[in-house]
Amino acid sequence: MSRRVKEIIIKNIFLLVALVSIIVLALIIIFLFSEGIPIFNAVSIKDFLFGTEWYPTYDPPEFGIGALIVGSFIVTILSSLLAVPLGVLSAIYIAEIAPPLIKEIFKPVIELLAGLPSVVLGFFGMAVLAPWMQETFDLPTGLNIVNASLLLALMAVPTISSISEDALYSVSQEFKEASYALGATRFETIARVIVPAALSGISTAVILGMARAIGETMVVLMVAGGAAAIPESIFDSVRPMPASIAAEMGEAPFRSNHYHALFATGIVLFFLTLAFNLIADYVSHKFKEVGSATL
Amino acid sequence: MKRMFKFLLPCLLCLSFVCSGSVFAADTIVIKGSTTVLPVAQASAEMYMKSHPGVNISISGGGSGNGIKALIDGTADIGNASRFIKGKEVKLAGEKGVYPVPHRVAMDAIIPIVHNDNPVKNLTIEQLSLIYQGKIKNWKEVGGNDLKIVVVSRDTSSGTYEVWEKLVLHKAKVSPRAQLQASNGAVVQVISKNKYAIGYIGLGYLNKSVKRVDVNGVEASMANALSGKYPVSRPLFMFTEGWPKGIVSDYINFVLSKDGQAIVKKEGYVPLY
Repeated sequence: MSRRVKEIIIKNIFLLVALVSIIVLALIIIFLFSEGIPIFNAVSIKDFLFGTEWYPTYDPPEFGIGALIVGSFIVTILSSLLAVPLGVLSAIYIAEIAPPLIKEIFKPVIELLAGLPSVVLGFFGMAVLAPWMQETFDLPTGLNIVNASLLLALMAVPTISSISEDALYSVSQEFKEASYALGATRFETIARVIVPAALSGISTAVILGMARAIGETMVVLMVAGGAAAIPESIFDSVRPMPASIAAEMGEAPFRSNHYHALFATGIVLFFLTLAFNLIADYVSHKFKEVGSATL
Repeated sequence: MKRMFKFLLPCLLCLSFVCSGSVFAADTIVIKGSTTVLPVAQASAEMYMKSHPGVNISISGGGSGNGIKALIDGTADIGNASRFIKGKEVKLAGEKGVYPVPHRVAMDAIIPIVHNDNPVKNLTIEQLSLIYQGKIKNWKEVGGNDLKIVVVSRDTSSGTYEVWEKLVLHKAKVSPRAQLQASNGAVVQVISKNKYAIGYIGLGYLNKSVKRVDVNGVEASMANALSGKYPVSRPLFMFTEGWPKGIVSDYINFVLSKDGQAIVKKEGYVPLY
């Protein structure tokens, strides 16, 4: 076999491998839509998205996921408020300030946090955090928005931190040297030069961290409480979309309206994460620093 | 290669079943139906297959209605149901010349539970219903402390929820503010840590970490559930086409035997004796 033929074969094998994931993704999307769309014969898109009555097994059933969407958004936003400062600041510390020894310890520990199974976090939230929160703040329930947001923040921190860190590393040495040469202090250099130069990467990190939080299932299933109503305070229970799908899919009769409604909820979730990814992509291009300082 | 084999094996097996259905039929039992009866069917089938090598039992869920429908259509040998057969289904069976025979295999009793420190001992069905609808909001309205009631419910497709909805709520809607937990175990876990909360579980899941509440003055004991005195209980059935013969009869007898009923108890239901 000539070298050229070999080359072509190898090239095509790689193409095939790369295609596998694309084809699988396409099949999943087709499946998701073909199983989700039929619900709109039973309920209009508007009632589905904005209705707040979720009674899929009653007669007549009601399929309004408004309260679930609100639940998803509120835990995502609150967890981002906690995770963004934590993730970004720890990335700055690790990338710019920490001495090498501490860096060697911090980096793997934060990455280990990402590897923690979410069911373990969920169990921790359920068995430890919830009773403690209930006792300390004298709440009717510890399974609430704050609890879920705290755990989701914990899950988003590694994502935000490691991507931000990569962005900070890729800020070129020349920028820092120039800043110091002008007499700027270390803090001024970080705040005015390095962080702005890495902003596109940091923004991407934040958005991907949020996408992680909105799609997370186990934690919200276990600690968000699961009330399918629009919350009145941050200590109320909510039921984010993934929790609803996970709890009900197992026993929803095959191809019933309930089944289709859960798939349609999956479609909504899919569009949300897609939107997050598109925004991340847009931001990373739009705010790209010109020069060598790009992610 | 091994992985590919693993993938192909079930396909080949399915194919062989399709091709040689008649050959295998004598040693195969197909069970379909209620997800409530499913754990009992699953565990007893596993044990039965262990002691009867050569018998193959395939089990799937799908709900009581699907189980009875499969029995009538002849696609299942046993149809599991967490309710008795409906008049409509009997008529349909009659038209197709099928004669479903019910076998009561267990009782299912659902009990309300509260935190161990909660002084409430008894609730009526009416009170439970109003609590779950969100119309009674404070424990003092039903003779307890001045605390808000946190209602813990189950996912709407679970069998436990189904019983509760039918026998306690009488089809009224559970308040959307009710919390949702995905399993009996999770409900116990939550209630044991929350003195505001009320939940409900299958009798078999009761342990010391929570307190059961009597319903209409009747204690939720195994004996009361069996006698039918306890109001939130129902029988679980396996339906067969005609009086069972051969291995189907043998399997049903196994479920009703001492070993079979021990499984019933282990899965959280009330055994018949």
